[in-house]
Amino acid sequence: MSITLQEQPTTDRGFWNDTGKTGIGSWIFSTDHKRIGLLYFYSVLGFFLVGVVLGLLLRLELMAPGRDLMSAQTYNALFTVHGVVMIFLFIIPGIPGAFGNMVMPIQIGAADVSFPRLNLFSWWLYVIGTVLVLLSLFTGGGAPDTGWTFYVPFSARTGTNVSLALFGVFILGFSSILTGLNFVTTIHRLRAEGMTWSRIPLFTWSLYATAWVQILATPILGITLVLVIAERMLGTGLFDAARGGDPIMFQHLFWIYSHPAVYIMILPAMGIISEIIPVFSRKPIFGYKMIAFSSLAIAAAGSLVWGHHMFTSGMSDTAVLVFSFLTFIVAIPSAIKVFNWVSTLYRGSISLDPPMLFALTFILLFSIGGLTGLILGAAATDVHVHDTYFVVGHFHYVMFGGTGFAFFAAMHYWLPKFYGRTYKTRPAVIAWGLMFVGFNLLYFSMKVLGMQGMPRRYYDYLPEFANLNMVATVGSWILAIGLVLMLVNLFKGLFKGAPFTGNPWGGATLEWSTPTPPPTLNFITEPVVTHGPYDYTALKHDVREADSGVTP
Amino acid sequence: MTTHSDEHHIISYRKLTGIWLILLVLTALTVAITRIDLGGFKVAGALTIACIKAGLVIAFFMHMKYENRLLQILLFVAVVTLAIFIGFTFFDVLYR
Ligand code: HEM
Ligand SMILES: [Cu+2]
Repeated sequence: MSITLQEQPTTDRGFWNDTGKTGIGSWIFSTDHKRIGLLYFYSVLGFFLVGVVLGLLLRLELMAPGRDLMSAQTYNALFTVHGVVMIFLFIIPGIPGAFGNMVMPIQIGAADVSFPRLNLFSWWLYVIGTVLVLLSLFTGGGAPDTGWTFYVPFSARTGTNVSLALFGVFILGFSSILTGLNFVTTIHRLRAEGMTWSRIPLFTWSLYATAWVQILATPILGITLVLVIAERMLGTGLFDAARGGDPIMFQHLFWIYSHPAVYIMILPAMGIISEIIPVFSRKPIFGYKMIAFSSLAIAAAGSLVWGHHMFTSGMSDTAVLVFSFLTFIVAIPSAIKVFNWVSTLYRGSISLDPPMLFALTFILLFSIGGLTGLILGAAATDVHVHDTYFVVGHFHYVMFGGTGFAFFAAMHYWLPKFYGRTYKTRPAVIAWGLMFVGFNLLYFSMKVLGMQGMPRRYYDYLPEFANLNMVATVGSWILAIGLVLMLVNLFKGLFKGAPFTGNPWGGATLEWSTPTPPPTLNFITEPVVTHGPYDYTALKHDVREADSGVTP
Repeated sequence: MTTHSDEHHIISYRKLTGIWLILLVLTALTVAITRIDLGGFKVAGALTIACIKAGLVIAFFMHMKYENRLLQILLFVAVVTLAIFIGFTFFDVLYR
């Protein structure tokens, strides 16, 4: 592999200009994976911010006991929309759609994904699904109030516009399936010469495992949602016990998808961390094979544990036992990853640049989230904390502290590569500090509240919970300030900041060997891969060779 | 047995009709077994017949028998996954 030593970003700014096409049409109808990645990036980031605002409103209502600023019905709608937006519009499409699209084809030395048009179609399906979900807020009986889980019998009976929201999510599911299909095919078929399976970067490996989950599990969500729509429109009675149906069957169907879906959320995030940790420790990743393998193991085993959401729903005791046991098995491959990251850090030469700070934070917050997950996975303890704020604290630690922070890490790690400009370090570090403090105030309080018995999805609470709720709300403000600072600093940097060229952090994966920003076809000459993705010794050798070859 | 996927395998009318008749017989059987009290095997019986029918439709009407190996394997993976998912719900349904 040859290394281009670049002093300045390419003058035509690579894929931004080299096709000669400009204007909105060159973006929303582009089949270039990098442009589609950016389309995804801005869409999901936009909805993330919408979700954050909704979350802040929830916290505002909960600041003090009693009714503060909204009715119970509004609150119900708000947490439902907050959940739906965060899950289906931000976190599931987030990393694969944005960074998967932008980075994965370059990492394996391809010019694009296997089906570029299908890729564009995925994004359009995302847009269509989104529009339908948003429409459901203002039409029919108004915003859904079921919670993002759409449990029957309530979802089959409520007068709010659940049907349209379900249909929107149904469409979003197809978007996810097509992305998965595209990625599996791309990773199988389009790897550059020398990119053997054991040289595939771990981010790509994680996307590969995720893609299979997307393909195999998402159709079940689709069918389930259609069944609820049928229940509402045609009165099929499938989930209605009075007519021989079974409401618990809905929960099975829903979680058969939605538990694996948490791996759609977390696996790509783990992939990002596996890229960043070795680069900023200046040390090859510890246990490459085990990390790659554990992605597949998590995807496979994680598909068989959905029942842990149903311990208190009236499911049979045998099922409780089986699903509780299996849940503990998934902890093993997850822990394998954490131990491997920590072993990579051990005696590394660690530099705390912003991407690394976010990555290290991921490890901590994900571990807290994961370990509290075991409290929920053990049937006996789950009975106590089920449907309390303990659960809300747990999944924000995993989804926000985990995937959210990995998303921020990826933004600081990869976006400069695609813009050719970079952000200032100090504000990024300050923003990180604020977010870290705010985050823990906000969600740790929730965990304690849950232990004390405060139920989730209520717009009011008993006076004894007042203090910690105040702490949580103040935490949410600190978090929000950090978030704004981070985004302002990042985007100011990307649009107007100092030039970003070459390979300043010394990554050995292929994306760091292309010009910055990459040209539309990614590589100037087809790459031939001669070493592994974390082989920094070989990289130095490459650079030295390139150095001596450069004539001044 | 397997032909290239770009070749078009033509199944004779005789064969298609035969399979159609088998499907009809199986449908009748599905109805018939509801008249006998099979206890816990009722679901198993109905599902077995349904699987055979679906298998015939996929193999002949949907040409899967004549497709290449890769496609067959992929379909098999999907079906097995589905079977596992459905199977696991029986930890609940059977022991409730
Ligand atoms: C500043 C950021 C955030 C704040 C202040 C916040 C706040 C909250 C609160 C207070 C609840 C509980 C509502 C209740 O049970 O009564 C909640 C629920 C939820 N949040 Fe967040 N959240 C934030 C970010 C996120 C992120 C980043 C995600 C996912 C990636 C997320 C996903 C969810 C989900 C799925 C629910 C459950 C909704 C339901 O019960 O149906 N949140 N959030
Ligand atoms: Cu789960």
